Amino acid sequence: MVDEGTRKTLSSIPLLKTKAGPRDKELWVERLKEEYQSLIKYVQNNKEADNDWFRLESNKEGTKWFGKCWFFHDQLKYEFDVEFDIPVMYPTTAPEIALPELDGKTAKMYRGGKICLSDHFKPLWARNVPKFGIGHAMALGLGPWLAVEIPDLISKGVISYKEKTG
Amino acid sequence: MGTVEELLKINEELRNKLEELTKKNHAARSKIDEMSSQVVDSNPYSRLMALKKMGIVKNYEQIRTYCVAVVGVGGVGSVAAEMLTRCGIGKLLLFDYDKVELANMNRLFFQPHQSGLSKVEAAAETLRNINPDVNITTFNYNITTVDNFENFQSALLTQGLSGGPVDLVLSCVDNFEARLTINTVCNESDLNWFESGVAENAISGHIQFIEPGRTACFACVPPLIVASNIDEKTLKRDGVCAASLPTTMAIVAGFLVQNALKYLLKFGDVANYLGYSALNDFFPTMSLKPNKNCDDNFCRKRQEEKLGKVEEKVRQEIEEEGPVHEDNEWGISLVDESVIDEKETTIAASGIAFAYTVPTEGQKETQGTSGTSKEVSLEELMAQMKAI
Repeated sequence: MVDEGTRKTLSSIPLLKTKAGPRDKELWVERLKEEYQSLIKYVQNNKEADNDWFRLESNKEGTKWFGKCWFFHDQLKYEFDVEFDIPVMYPTTAPEIALPELDGKTAKMYRGGKICLSDHFKPLWARNVPKFGIGHAMALGLGPWLAVEIPDLISKGVISYKEKTG
Repeated sequence: MGTVEELLKINEELRNKLEELTKKNHAARSKIDEMSSQVVDSNPYSRLMALKKMGIVKNYEQIRTYCVAVVGVGGVGSVAAEMLTRCGIGKLLLFDYDKVELANMNRLFFQPHQSGLSKVEAAAETLRNINPDVNITTFNYNITTVDNFENFQSALLTQGLSGGPVDLVLSCVDNFEARLTINTVCNESDLNWFESGVAENAISGHIQFIEPGRTACFACVPPLIVASNIDEKTLKRDGVCAASLPTTMAIVAGFLVQNALKYLLKFGDVANYLGYSALNDFFPTMSLKPNKNCDDNFCRKRQEEKLGKVEEKVRQEIEEEGPVHEDNEWGISLVDESVIDEKETTIAASGIAFAYTVPTEGQKETQGTSGTSKEVSLEELMAQMKAI
């Protein structure tokens, strides 16, 4: 279902406990704090393991998230904008992570650049409500997607390396 | 840039085209005040009103007093909306945030020249042309986002024909998030609705009637799928997200509207769950009781409210019903709510299974959760995240 590497990464991302979505005023703030703490730990883990691969931030309500993710292929860094909304039914339903600049470039996407997740993602998410948070969605959803799709898109010439000037 | 002559020529061509289109629109009929059962070629309702004469429906003209919300105007929703429009429904609310694309052309209803238009606007135009008696209101947004949720809920509660709630909601969406959003609104507001779906491999589909508190809601059990009799492991997903067929979608839309009509006009029996497996032409049906431990508070609240009502009905049914079929080839049976077992993935071998299983309350471990310290503020955490 999930490979050993992903399983190991997953187990080191702190689990959450507050089952609250954006419609739950005060509890949502509590959930958001858990989300941030879990994400901070996950990013720190990644840095320590020399596997830093994304940054995220949100609006002050915590309902819209945006940031960057990157992927190394043949020692070149490919970087993409990431964005997603927290669905009104979160955390029962997982966020739909999108890479807008790749919209229309791969069939493994839904409208608006939302990545097409594996059959395993939603069942796994459903089994782990409310313990899984945004960090888990990144590790289980976007991470494996990038690992499969980006090398394929590069080999097809759909995306090419852009030298960073700044 | 062209010359003046060229531009004048283009102008002339466009004028002619406009005139043609105006003529086409005038060909549409004018509104009809009352449904007539007179059998003449010019009466668009004669064959529908004939249902009364044949004793199938007692009160066909009442269809004009009903308002139905169609959420999702894609392969199933657009066809369902057309069926309801042709049947002379009173009012339709159409919800979708997508645009028509050429990739949609393997399904019914939309036409290539509508590419780029919003699905709700394109649909409304076609439907008004087919039947100007239907009052059509469109909502072009994504119901699953926080910004639109309130508007969606208030539309369902206030856009009915008399300013009250709609009479029925048809879910024709293609994702779990939207289904759960509809489920939440309908549980909170006690609205009856039909869920519908077509599998991403296009070879199975289902409809499910949900009356909050009386039948299982969408959150009571994991989503149900019709067993496709093909090994999931052999299903190739290389380079594709989803497949679709106009046939499967139209069949599901037909099931959906057929049951919506039976529900609204009170004839025949309304299916609680009806599945369709294309590969072996198998149509399982069953009833699903609500889950007493449903995750949705409002589902549990509706169950309490309707407990008395349900028991009374069950008693009546037991007294009246003898065995309907002598044989039971497919092993179809009623399912008890206690079926939600971690290991149990098939329901009484009826060809319907849960899409996945969820741990029961006792199996959910609470250890290892992060737990925040109250002292840290959200602002501090946001700043910390930014600073990494």
